[in-house]
Amino acid sequence: MAFQHTQLKESPSQTAGPFVQMGLTPNFTGIHSVYENDLGGALINDKTEGERIVVTGQIFDGVGSPINDAIIEVWQADAKGRYNSPFDPSGKCDKNFFSWGRIPVDPETGIYSFSTIKPGRVPIGSEARMAPHITFWIVARGINLGLHTRMYFADEGDANAEDAVLTELEHQHRASTLLAELEGDIYKFNIYLQGARETVFLDI
Amino acid sequence: MMTHDADYNSQETQGPFIARDPNWQPKAYTADYKYTIARAPKLPALSVANTVSEMTGPVFSKEILGKQDNDLIHNYARSGEAATGEPIIVHGKVVDEHKRPMKGVLVEFWQTNASGRYRHKTHNIAVPLDPNFGGFGRFITDNEGHYWFRTIRPGGYPWPNGPNAWRPPHIHFSVFGYAFAQRLISQMYFSGDPLVWQCPIVRSISDTDAIETLLAKPDIENSAPMDALAYRFDVVLRGRRMTFFENHE
Repeated sequence: MAFQHTQLKESPSQTAGPFVQMGLTPNFTGIHSVYENDLGGALINDKTEGERIVVTGQIFDGVGSPINDAIIEVWQADAKGRYNSPFDPSGKCDKNFFSWGRIPVDPETGIYSFSTIKPGRVPIGSEARMAPHITFWIVARGINLGLHTRMYFADEGDANAEDAVLTELEHQHRASTLLAELEGDIYKFNIYLQGARETVFLDI
Repeated sequence: MMTHDADYNSQETQGPFIARDPNWQPKAYTADYKYTIARAPKLPALSVANTVSEMTGPVFSKEILGKQDNDLIHNYARSGEAATGEPIIVHGKVVDEHKRPMKGVLVEFWQTNASGRYRHKTHNIAVPLDPNFGGFGRFITDNEGHYWFRTIRPGGYPWPNGPNAWRPPHIHFSVFGYAFAQRLISQMYFSGDPLVWQCPIVRSISDTDAIETLLAKPDIENSAPMDALAYRFDVVLRGRRMTFFENHE
């Protein structure tokens, strides 16, 4: 194969701004006449395989206020650890699982919530598997480049103990910022942009 | 939803990505843009090698698109009417850093009306909404990575970053690649606009060459005579690392 050097640089990012919900989830903001549905509104349908879960939380800024103008996009594997992408080397994903969701936070409370299934473990290399996780990507006013992080499950202790991201952190106590706790039958996952509980973000 | 209509080769769709350039991309904390002060993470991000979780991403079928999704002049307008303002065409290519076309990728855009106002209940400035303009649209690139849409030239507007702060006219872009690692949101500005260089959001990017890549250029050849001036705006997404020694099982 020929050496192929890069010819261009990635376009620089700019903040999604305070009106990103109007741009990407117009129905959510009350504009119903253009798109039939907002994209990414459902990860599952009634035929999706796997354990149904609900994930909810808020994103807090450095003064402890919940952000009320963000959009979160999530990306996760199906119950067997396969992504709904034509390029996942593991093969065909559950046809009734969409892997991707787009969730605007509530404009009053900042609360986000989505229904999904618990993801399976995704292979990493030829031997290992990652602990079940959901990738989060957060954009909002004041965020110059979309923030990547991962939500893991506090009740997956054995899998978490083998996971490279959770175990390679320099400050091990910060691993807890990536764990969603089961409260009743809902996984609670808050994101802290700053402060003592600042979430670990990923440079991918 | 997630089917793919285009043909791909493995160099485009498999393998880890070239690292983002932190000196080309904006830093998280850029105090002149005040809203970053309480929202920029303070601690370093954890660098992790790309896994399948980052090397895959949603791919959208053209079936999601409505006929007027890339015609912002009409997609919200009452029957027989049109948005007010100067009609323009915006088009360009989405490519990766190897200049390979990103075919079949979703591009979304949103903007103010001709007077500089967003159709959003929190955008309360003293200019009217246009009853015929919603201000958003989307498109999926063709096999050469091209996208195009018609709209009206957005207005600039004052914003509360300072007592006398003005955003240059711009169009927000949201672009998907084939992988979540390529996910990008940015803004397109108009070449020659002096407001661009005073804007603290633009200035969150420190490299002026990088800023130049966000300036759409008038494209007379592709304009519609006596109808709409065209602007060219290309988008570059992260490219995959060269694959000599990579093992893609």
